[in-house]
Amino acid sequence: MKNFLLLSLLLINVAPTFAETAYVSNEKDDTISIIDLDKLEVVETIEVGMRPRGIIFNKDYSHLYICASESDAVQVLEVASNRIIHNLPSGEDPEQFALHKNDRHLYIANEDDAIVTVVDTKLRTVLAQIDVGVEPEGMAISPDGKWAINTTETTNMLHWIDTSSFQLVDNTLVDQRPRHVEFTRDGKQLWASSEIGGTVTVVDVESRNILNTIRFQVKGVHKDRVQPVGIKLTDDGKYAFVALGPSNHVAVVDAQSFEVLDYLLVGRRVWQLAFAKDQSLLLTTNGVSGDVSVIDVNKLDVIKTIRVGRYPWGIAVKP
Amino acid sequence: MFILNSKNNDAKHAKTVSVMTFADILKRSGISKRLIGFSLLTLLCLGTTNEVLAQQSTPSLTVPIAIVLEQATQPNSVLTSKLHAQDLAASGAQLGVSDSNTTGRFLNQHFTLTIIQDNNIKGLAQQVADWEQQHQGPIIAVGSDALLSTLLKHNSAQRLIINAGNQSDTWRTNQCQSGLLHTIPSQAMLSDALAQFMVLKRWQKWLLVSSNDPQDQTIAASYKRSAMRFGNKIVGQREWSFTTDLRRMAQQEVPALTQSKDYDVVIVTDAHNQYGFYLPYNTWLPRPVAGTHGLTPVAWHHSIEQWGAVQLQNRFNEFAGREMQNQDYAAWLAVRAIAEAATRSTSNKPEELYQYMMSDKFELAAFKGRKLTFRNFNGQLRQPIPLAQPNALVSQSPQQGFLHPLTDLDTLGYDKPEVKCKMDEV
Repeated sequence: MKNFLLLSLLLINVAPTFAETAYVSNEKDDTISIIDLDKLEVVETIEVGMRPRGIIFNKDYSHLYICASESDAVQVLEVASNRIIHNLPSGEDPEQFALHKNDRHLYIANEDDAIVTVVDTKLRTVLAQIDVGVEPEGMAISPDGKWAINTTETTNMLHWIDTSSFQLVDNTLVDQRPRHVEFTRDGKQLWASSEIGGTVTVVDVESRNILNTIRFQVKGVHKDRVQPVGIKLTDDGKYAFVALGPSNHVAVVDAQSFEVLDYLLVGRRVWQLAFAKDQSLLLTTNGVSGDVSVIDVNKLDVIKTIRVGRYPWGIAVKP
Repeated sequence: MFILNSKNNDAKHAKTVSVMTFADILKRSGISKRLIGFSLLTLLCLGTTNEVLAQQSTPSLTVPIAIVLEQATQPNSVLTSKLHAQDLAASGAQLGVSDSNTTGRFLNQHFTLTIIQDNNIKGLAQQVADWEQQHQGPIIAVGSDALLSTLLKHNSAQRLIINAGNQSDTWRTNQCQSGLLHTIPSQAMLSDALAQFMVLKRWQKWLLVSSNDPQDQTIAASYKRSAMRFGNKIVGQREWSFTTDLRRMAQQEVPALTQSKDYDVVIVTDAHNQYGFYLPYNTWLPRPVAGTHGLTPVAWHHSIEQWGAVQLQNRFNEFAGREMQNQDYAAWLAVRAIAEAATRSTSNKPEELYQYMMSDKFELAAFKGRKLTFRNFNGQLRQPIPLAQPNALVSQSPQQGFLHPLTDLDTLGYDKPEVKCKMDEV
């Protein structure tokens, strides 16, 4: 009986951690806010390295990788204890990264150094450093694991890195200041945002040809302020969501016809996006207003704003 | 050394400098953060560093660029710390070539830079003529009206000259012409940028302090125009006529000079850095100082960190060992505009580069938060103007609420109806 009581107490204590959570990196606070997605409120704030930007989970969500740009490190947070357990050798000024489907190789964009560093997260060693253009930023790995794509902001290119050889094999010139890349679920298309160009380029992965260039027009906002950054594509192939930076809107794009369907007003300077709750919710980080907007994907409506730290940047969701 | 002082008139000796890659620069500068990082990484490294394969399939294209620097003598009353850096503008262009060659690697394009500098216009013209015997490429000019006139006269057809130093509005209103572009903001753009901010702050009563120096007078005239344009009022004017060194006397003299019943702000127009720095904190009324000193409208400032500018500032500091200044930025912009046009048009012909830059297709990301384009009615690069105090960025114009049918950037400087030149005439 005593044991049973103890066990029930333990279960009660443990229960809240089963809620789906979103981790948000606060660039200016050097913290990560954890949002409980049932309550839609911040339940915990963790101190991490300097200027945390890109964040991602490993496959089983036991670790969170954090680009601590000004600490020149990729930090590894143990999710169970919410503690930084070690740093990975990342190269200087890591900003964004992507994890290969082998759950081991982390592709890191080193913004100040014009290189992409590939790190083995298990051995904590550098496998390769690949020279790319000026100011590498966005990173994505194709679903089949064949390609690592890096964007360079001043060179205005998508660099195609063969993950089997760590060789750069091709480059695609896009509009000014490419920030973010995202593959479709089937791996057939690559979507890339150009912040200053104000466009999203859709590339056919097999031919590496540009299929379409999507432009945006937000009512009452000068086109120069429409600056696409984060992109998220729904698994059903229906929608693409594009964060439009200082225009404070998220564009809803028909992922088949590339037509812009709607613009949703969110917080100020919206940059990164993440799906939650089986893609029924979309979360946005709003840097200037210091909050996260919650979008209902089915209704295409903003349902809540959650205050986080200063300059929220990256976002990752743990089911 | 890679700053060339090519005073030699023989074209064979006018060396072409291919700007080093960053790895070279870092090697040259000795130990750097990156090298330390690298050594650590190498220790940890199991695999090997991969080299990039350029796309050999694309035909190679070389774009030779010359930067022509007129080295004016500086008055000896300038504070030592305010003297122009010897490599002013040249370092900006070099960094631009380095950035562009990183992109060029992937496209089989190469940019070279020849630095031509002298304090004598004739000497410069001769060196440019020598360079042109062997190269056909765009020229970046940093100098006086006389330098621009000489370059334009001498190089009439199929040219592309980008002005990265001269702020005179004459070149943007009456003397603008085909083949001449400007990446440095004009004087009117600067004074308009400040005037808009003053309206926003409601500091609309100005006390103007100037001297009888012709350049100071030009700047003062520009502020008078901007005051009128945006509804500010010049409530008084003072002439700075001190010929003595005021270093120990400013506290007594400046209050007397700026004595007046009422003003919101003192606007100073000291082109040669002779007296403007005496004004802040010494005025009769406790009022801010703006213009050439105090709060200044600029092309660039070392305190700009927004819009990803930290990366550019870091690259420049590491490269030149000093902070990036207006003319460095304008020269960097000139090279980046050339490279952008060459990359997109796959041409190295000056007239084709010019046509591309003036077309709707051209746009340039330049760490000012929005894309920059050229005004096709006078060749001026549209750009936001930062307003900075010595240690920080205060604001950036155009200010909200100043509207324009085409783009709010055209609320800064002379607009199309005010410009009287035909750009299609070569």
